[in-house]
Amino acid sequence: MTAPLIDFKHVTFKYHAQAEPTLHDLSFQIYPGEKVLIAGASGSGKTTLLRLLNGLIPQAYPGDVSGSLTLNGQDILDQSLFDLSLQAGTVLQDSDAQFVGLTVAEDIAFALENDHQPVGKIKTAVSKWAKRFGLGERLDLSPQALSGGQKQRTAMAGVLVDDGKLLLFDEPLASLDPAAGAAAMAMIDKLQTERDLTVVIIEHRIEEVLNANVDRVIVMSQGRIVANGTPTKIIQSGILSQNGLDEPLYIQLLRRAQIDITAIPRISDVKAVDVSQHKLAIEQLKQTVKRDRHLTPQLIIEDLDFSYERSQPLFKQFHTVINQGEILGIVGKNGSGKTTLSHLLTGFLTPDSGDILLDGTSVLQQSIKERADHIGYVLQNPNHMITKTTVFEEVASGLILRHVSEDEIEARVRRVLKLIDLDSMRHWPISALSFGQKKRLTIASVLVLSPEILILDEPTAGQDATHTANLLKFLSRINHNEQTTIIIITHDMHLLANFVQRTLVIVNGQLIGDTTPAELLANEQLVEMASLCTTSIYQLAARLDISHPEELNAAIVTEPVWNP
Amino acid sequence: MNNLFGYKKRNTWLNHTTGTSKLVGFLLLTTMGMISYDTRFLFALGLFAVILMQTAQIKYREYAVMLKLVLIFAVINLVMIAVLAPQYGTQLYGTRHVVFGSGYWSITQEQLFYEFNLLLKYLFSLPLAIILLFTTNPSEFSAGLNKIGVPYKIAYAFSITLRYIPDVQSDYHTINLAQQARGYEISKKASLKNRAKGAVQIILPLVFTSLDRIETISQAMELRRFGRQKQRSWYQEQSFSIRDVCMFIGSLIIVGIGVALLIHNGGRLYNPFK
Repeated sequence: MTAPLIDFKHVTFKYHAQAEPTLHDLSFQIYPGEKVLIAGASGSGKTTLLRLLNGLIPQAYPGDVSGSLTLNGQDILDQSLFDLSLQAGTVLQDSDAQFVGLTVAEDIAFALENDHQPVGKIKTAVSKWAKRFGLGERLDLSPQALSGGQKQRTAMAGVLVDDGKLLLFDEPLASLDPAAGAAAMAMIDKLQTERDLTVVIIEHRIEEVLNANVDRVIVMSQGRIVANGTPTKIIQSGILSQNGLDEPLYIQLLRRAQIDITAIPRISDVKAVDVSQHKLAIEQLKQTVKRDRHLTPQLIIEDLDFSYERSQPLFKQFHTVINQGEILGIVGKNGSGKTTLSHLLTGFLTPDSGDILLDGTSVLQQSIKERADHIGYVLQNPNHMITKTTVFEEVASGLILRHVSEDEIEARVRRVLKLIDLDSMRHWPISALSFGQKKRLTIASVLVLSPEILILDEPTAGQDATHTANLLKFLSRINHNEQTTIIIITHDMHLLANFVQRTLVIVNGQLIGDTTPAELLANEQLVEMASLCTTSIYQLAARLDISHPEELNAAIVTEPVWNP
Repeated sequence: MNNLFGYKKRNTWLNHTTGTSKLVGFLLLTTMGMISYDTRFLFALGLFAVILMQTAQIKYREYAVMLKLVLIFAVINLVMIAVLAPQYGTQLYGTRHVVFGSGYWSITQEQLFYEFNLLLKYLFSLPLAIILLFTTNPSEFSAGLNKIGVPYKIAYAFSITLRYIPDVQSDYHTINLAQQARGYEISKKASLKNRAKGAVQIILPLVFTSLDRIETISQAMELRRFGRQKQRSWYQEQSFSIRDVCMFIGSLIIVGIGVALLIHNGGRLYNPFK
């Protein structure tokens, strides 16, 4: 038997800044050539584990380690961050911040430059790796001119240029749209087979990562390893949903059909699993897709023209109607105008011509501040919005600036805080909140102004299944109780399939689709144009030759997220 | 390409010269020009710099803003000298030819001549600086700094700043709009005081976002061994060629002329009043 590449024995780790250990008694091995997924909800310790592997612990994050941990038979703790980086390349979650060069070429060259290699040799290596990742034509481009997928490929080339044999990915799907995510997974799979790499992927989105044909899944929860086995074994054990992770959608479907998945071989691969004898049971799950019940027009966008530069119009005669009380999703690939549209609605941008009518009145003459009273906008990054130091102050600030009386402020803020379960924390400093709590806080501070329409930009980005479920519960509550119209800009397929009632597909400023998410996902052409990806339910339906897969999708959404 | 400082790919010999030689040439010429007060030398140097700028194919509109800023600054500087030390020219040249006025505040030919020399210094160094910035790839500029002895960690800071300025600008823009939506009036409708108050609200989130970013960047850099060796190589560095040798020799010849004039004049001043 070959020696393990990574060998952890009873490793416990505590950050100096914390009272309790973050990792408890971890023991596992990873062998050369394996592709391993380390899955876990937020706070499960998976990022800490990654930092132990690449040397950021203890160099950048000091703490106490006990137990033994080796890489290639050598003690990891004896080696410097630099030594480790020659053996293990890390692709960070934020491919934009990871991009340190002024151009693609310089970013790929960065590690070799730091090794003080001769320039001629660096140039050969850069052109070789750029070609392999399809970046050959883009060597002179700045990061601002690249898509998320291209940035991530640059990052991969930038670590593989070392010819290291171990590649570590920190949430590679987090900053990509579904199509780019699927392409990245295929790329990882291909690289690994071609170059005999060992790959460790840290992720919580199981459905997508399984496409990369991982050999093994290690499930973490609260700093401990709770399961370690082949994807099939892990899925059969049902341990994912017990630990705050979403099972792949087709597995959820099979479970709902009461199929005993422990008896089915190759259950982890939707492209290979054989469930044809259960076709009938699966088909019986079909549920008619609920139609849009909201018919009162609330926001009318009329013949809107807009361009950043005169020569390149983005929106031309854009026209759509948003109805009172609906939950609307806006999808489309990056740079196609989704965010621009929300900026036009909130007054951040002014259209060249056309009109935006709210309840029959034009809003174009209103300032950003005035418009925010009616149309609330929650940015993707909560740090862009938070200006105060405590939870209460943050939520109250919008009301104070609108000269609302003190008693009313107290009442309104407390009401909103109760709605989002932050009331007990209202005196907490914001710095003590988690990312998910900050996100909810920014929603609260917009909601307190009682807007009729709430626009959310990627509300689920960077949140695991549990947090997403909580957020959705809360959103459907306000949609139901306050009749707030909700507009969500998203790439998140689960959010789209399970929560949104109507979707607008915008590509290059054109409205190319206006339909229910279920029908959108059943339409391959639209899916591709929007840079989305069909979910595994649609793949399974196609393999079983089941028509109207959207009706199957409706089956796993039967539980209303909020029960009034 | 990142062209915050006007760098553009232009196919001229100045673009093909290495950043190091341009930097050295720039330093040699400006140092000599700053030392010398010989009007003939400064004038010739200015003419030379303008001709160089022509060969670099830099258009007027590309540097118009820079030129205006420098001219405004130069004028302010000259006026301040005239106000604070109106007799400095007389002291320097040892003679006194009054043009008009009397006593301490009189304007002398010597003072005017001295300030004319100062103006020439601005006028020759600006084109040289423009050439350096506009024809040198920012990363190559860092490489040049490193080559002449600036530690690479400091030289690299120049590149990394250029890399992230557009990101910080866009963060600033987003935060600004988000705060306006919250109710801080920063638009022209509000009073100056309220706008200032609103602007302060942008700083805190901007600092937090930037700190997050810095943490990730420094990790990304360390994970790719930035700081491991005493030296690093530079991808954008061009190889030395005959052009670079010419640039060295050319700069040295000009410095030589300057030094010869220093000796001939018996000091830094060229004195037409004697």
